Amino acid sequence: MIYDSIVIGGGVTGCSVARFLSLYDMSVILLEKETELCQGTSKANSGIVHAGHDPKPGTLKAALNVRGNRLLKELERPLGIDMVHNGSLVISFDSDDSKIRELYERGVKNGVADMEILKRDEILALEEAVNPDVTWALHLKSGSLVCPFSLTYAMAENAEANGAVLKTDHRVVSIRRESELYRVITDRGDFLSRCVVNASGIQADVINDMVVPHEFSIVPKRGEYVLLDRSEGTLVRSTIFRLPTEKGKGVLVTPTVHGNLLVGPDSITLSDREDTSTVGAGLEAVMESAVKSVPGLNFRKIITSFAGLRASTPSGDFILNEPAPGFYNAAAIDSPGLTASPAIGEYIAHRISERLKTGKKLSPVLDRRPIPRPALMDMKERNELIGRDDSYGRIICRCEEISEGEIREAVRRGATTLDGVKRRVRAGMGRCQGGFCTPAVMEIIASEKGLSMKDVRKSTKGSEVLV
Amino acid sequence: MRELVIIGGGAAGLAAAISAYDAGIRDIVIIERASRLGGILNQCIHNGFGLHTFREELTGPEYAARFVKEAEKRGIEALTGTTVIDLKPHEVTCVSPSGVSVVQAKAIILAMGCRERPRGALNIPGFRPAGIFSAGTAQRLMNIDGYMVGRRVVILGSGDIGLIMARRLTLEGAKVLAVAEIMTYSGGLRRNIVQCLDDYGIPLLLSHTVTDIGGKARVESVTVAAVDEKRRPIAGTEIKYECDTLLLSVGLLPENELSAKAGLELSPFTGGPVVDDSLSASDGIFACGNVLHVHDLVDYVSEEAAAAGRSAAEYIRGERDGSGYAEVTALHGVRYTVPQRIRLGRKDVRVRFRVTDCFRSASVVVRCGGREIMRIKRPVMSPGEMEGIILRNTVDGPISVEVEE
Repeated sequence: MIYDSIVIGGGVTGCSVARFLSLYDMSVILLEKETELCQGTSKANSGIVHAGHDPKPGTLKAALNVRGNRLLKELERPLGIDMVHNGSLVISFDSDDSKIRELYERGVKNGVADMEILKRDEILALEEAVNPDVTWALHLKSGSLVCPFSLTYAMAENAEANGAVLKTDHRVVSIRRESELYRVITDRGDFLSRCVVNASGIQADVINDMVVPHEFSIVPKRGEYVLLDRSEGTLVRSTIFRLPTEKGKGVLVTPTVHGNLLVGPDSITLSDREDTSTVGAGLEAVMESAVKSVPGLNFRKIITSFAGLRASTPSGDFILNEPAPGFYNAAAIDSPGLTASPAIGEYIAHRISERLKTGKKLSPVLDRRPIPRPALMDMKERNELIGRDDSYGRIICRCEEISEGEIREAVRRGATTLDGVKRRVRAGMGRCQGGFCTPAVMEIIASEKGLSMKDVRKSTKGSEVLV
Repeated sequence: MRELVIIGGGAAGLAAAISAYDAGIRDIVIIERASRLGGILNQCIHNGFGLHTFREELTGPEYAARFVKEAEKRGIEALTGTTVIDLKPHEVTCVSPSGVSVVQAKAIILAMGCRERPRGALNIPGFRPAGIFSAGTAQRLMNIDGYMVGRRVVILGSGDIGLIMARRLTLEGAKVLAVAEIMTYSGGLRRNIVQCLDDYGIPLLLSHTVTDIGGKARVESVTVAAVDEKRRPIAGTEIKYECDTLLLSVGLLPENELSAKAGLELSPFTGGPVVDDSLSASDGIFACGNVLHVHDLVDYVSEEAAAAGRSAAEYIRGERDGSGYAEVTALHGVRYTVPQRIRLGRKDVRVRFRVTDCFRSASVVVRCGGREIMRIKRPVMSPGEMEGIILRNTVDGPISVEVEE
């Protein structure tokens, strides 16, 4: 079969591209090298929907950040994306407000709505836990929180509902031009397509080089985070940023969509593209910096720490181009890539539709039913659900109050590993970090997939839990 | 309205139910989230349980079975597979495959136990590969489910479950390379160090911690280094163990999310509710076992839970007395005490506590209203072993407990 489009990479960018492509009357296949989607940069980031005040005006980042912010709010309900509209604060300890004003003006140029500059007392009235030495802040009311997993899976499932094919465990090893077509060769077979989208994150330069001469290099930057117990999740309501520096937006303190408190990241340039290890000293620096913003942080309540890799380039902007006819790069998607992802998807899909002269589907599926969350339901609704399927009444993950029904549904929707379940329904993401529920989740995966317990993995190949 | 609801059907919940029944309460229900009663005892298949209670050595399941049998004999109702999701004074909300229900109760006993501190709380650098388990999770996978979790194992932390698992893994053919403990002393019982490590030649590395975890898919190595007196790794002391598994036994945390929902005051030292000598945390709510403070011997859990059961029975019958409290303060050498307050006029009050450090031939000194009422010499005290005393005098003023070296 000849596909209209192949998307390489099952992170949030690739899944968004696949989703927007799937709204058109074309055949789409997505290839992901890992066993689960959302395994690279998309899995470990701040989970912030940026307002758009930060990117340099005139850049792709500026335009797509602001567009992405709006698209996410439009898609939140129909696609069942977990979001919280909490607003962001960029705080300053400077004696004058020049830097905050500069940011404000940059925001205006970028088309950011709902901004205001706050003085000390207004800041403390809004967020009493912020360091009282604060002087000025930029309040970005359009800043929000999004669960990156929920966004990625929402896009992926909606793409599937519209006929896109998603293949995990397919690593692209080379790409050949064959007359007007591309032959994408993976470790598990070849795929032919009219167009190819390179959304391969940290590997984007490698994939680019399979088609055209080297034109950019991805420089992975590691960001480390600590996540605090939900008991700390109400310390601040807004996302608290510091004034940006040349190294980035700095260490933030933010609640998460699911009510934890997240602190991070730092920014370390790496040579190893796969190095998502955390480093003790890095975490200490993160914590030290965060305390300057919010002195009352209780690091005794840390439940986990993690590191993510941002796919950066020295030029600093996203790379969205078509270096060969029908071959598109969606590369160097570092911050604000999560926010921009729907806008990137929309943009690339539009370009491909123009190239292939394809129209939109007559009746695309525009909504998605999220996995039921009984813990968030009122008693009547919850009892109706349990009445229909009593496995929703059997709690497996006590910390996050996740039922057997939710875990089974996650597996039915494609999760095959502990991490896949965790990222879809949060089982194991709470304060005990899977201490209690891991054996039960393994049993559910094994029973749904007809596997033996010894075949159940944490994530990638070779990560079997038992020996 | 039920008379008594007990949250948790492990060692504490069972003993509390039985003693409340024996004190005359008939309308009792135990709510247990697992599919069977017994709690964590069910996976503790080693022996050593019940030396105090039954004067014999039982395994965990045997110990639990005796209590389950006593509860059954009394016809005490137990809702298994039922998870409590909300708690207010006199009201428990729970969910099970038959739906969400609200149970009103005259009295509630908290017996939810504890959980293990996860790796994340330690910020160990490195990747997140498979092969890192908390000791209790590994214990469950091996003893209940019958699987092997690793072949070459390093254990971080010398809590009792970690020590027990060192022996268990060895008996199943795994090689336990070392147990690293960041403190200068073990957090486990002396007898477990002897019987689980020394007897099998497993080294206990005191003042050591894990500084790196190698391997991306599965653990491939664990690096251990000595730490200085500020518990910071000392460069140059690293030992790299090629292994496939890291077990963590780095502390237990009472599970008090429900207690927090009920608005109970929690102690930062025990992690459990602040209670008086009747183990009452607030009007009509009692706590016992590991949810109150982490115990090292189940016999003490049973004893404490029986006291909570009797107190709840008194409360239900309206016989609770006392007005005014004497605070109990932990001074030098004492990390915490349970209870944290005593009703004025009580005597023969049992006070349990843990020390902050290892002490040799030191004395425990108790004062009431500034006047010394008790002095007991102890040859050895360590943080890993819970201490207990009984205050014979009538309590008529603030109590302090301290260690005099």
